[in-house]
Amino acid sequence: MSADIAHELHGKQKERVATRSLRVRLVLGIGPATAVAGIAWALVQPWRLTLLHPLGQGFWWLFAEPPLYVVLVGVLFRFVLAPGVVEDLEDAE
Amino acid sequence: MIVAGIEPRAEMVHWMFATGVLVLGLLFIAEAIVGPEVWRRRPWRRYLWPGTVFLLGVLMWPVMALYTNSMIHMVAHGSWAQMLMISGAAELGVAKGKLHSQYWRLTTAAAMVVSGTAFLVHEQNAWFFARAAFLHHALGWTLVVAAVFPLVQAFRPRSVVASTGFAMTFLVIAFFLYCDRDAAPVLGHFSQFAGVPHR
Repeated sequence: MSADIAHELHGKQKERVATRSLRVRLVLGIGPATAVAGIAWALVQPWRLTLLHPLGQGFWWLFAEPPLYVVLVGVLFRFVLAPGVVEDLEDAE
Repeated sequence: MIVAGIEPRAEMVHWMFATGVLVLGLLFIAEAIVGPEVWRRRPWRRYLWPGTVFLLGVLMWPVMALYTNSMIHMVAHGSWAQMLMISGAAELGVAKGKLHSQYWRLTTAAAMVVSGTAFLVHEQNAWFFARAAFLHHALGWTLVVAAVFPLVQAFRPRSVVASTGFAMTFLVIAFFLYCDRDAAPVLGHFSQFAGVPHR
């Protein structure tokens, strides 16, 4: 094998590794990005969290905490779904 | 009256459905990133999003039965329930291997067109009447226009643009649903007939 071909193959392999790691990083980043969005929302609109001022609130107002829902979805995605997806993605590649 | 006293406000129901739609959006994004072959490696993962769609359809029935403020609301919610269940069932059939044609994805396109049309038809007020009216119009048109993505997927299942667009559509829908309030202004507009803003 000539040095040129070997160099070219090595370059392609490096490119493939970079692409693979990008996909893995993207999958692993979905959950945290969602959770951060939920936290940012809670900071921008704290009145959407009735748990911060619960006095006089009924059941549904205390149950309905949209920013926390978003954070919860992100956390569950990261720790329940993402690990298996990443494992399968790395196996496939 | 007793039910009306203990049931959540409409905006809260929208936030809960927004969470379900957000879950769907994240699942679609993950599938678009890793590709269908990797996604289907674990059997339970194949059923995840079709099952979620079907569940959202089932949960839409109590909404139809309990939020009876107008006949057109009931018809709209009932049609969503049916189309979500049809779409979810068809995708479950494909995931199980009982259905083979790629054209079953057309049921999802149909579900989006029907849902979008229902949003547009059952919103009786203009865009800037209040935030809820604005969001109903925005949601309706988003769904109708975005139905092109599953339509393309039915004919070109490996289209990255279609799968990404489909996934992003659900994030937009979740965003709109989370923005919903029963009585709140939108971009500085709020009709005097829209009720009393709260919180």
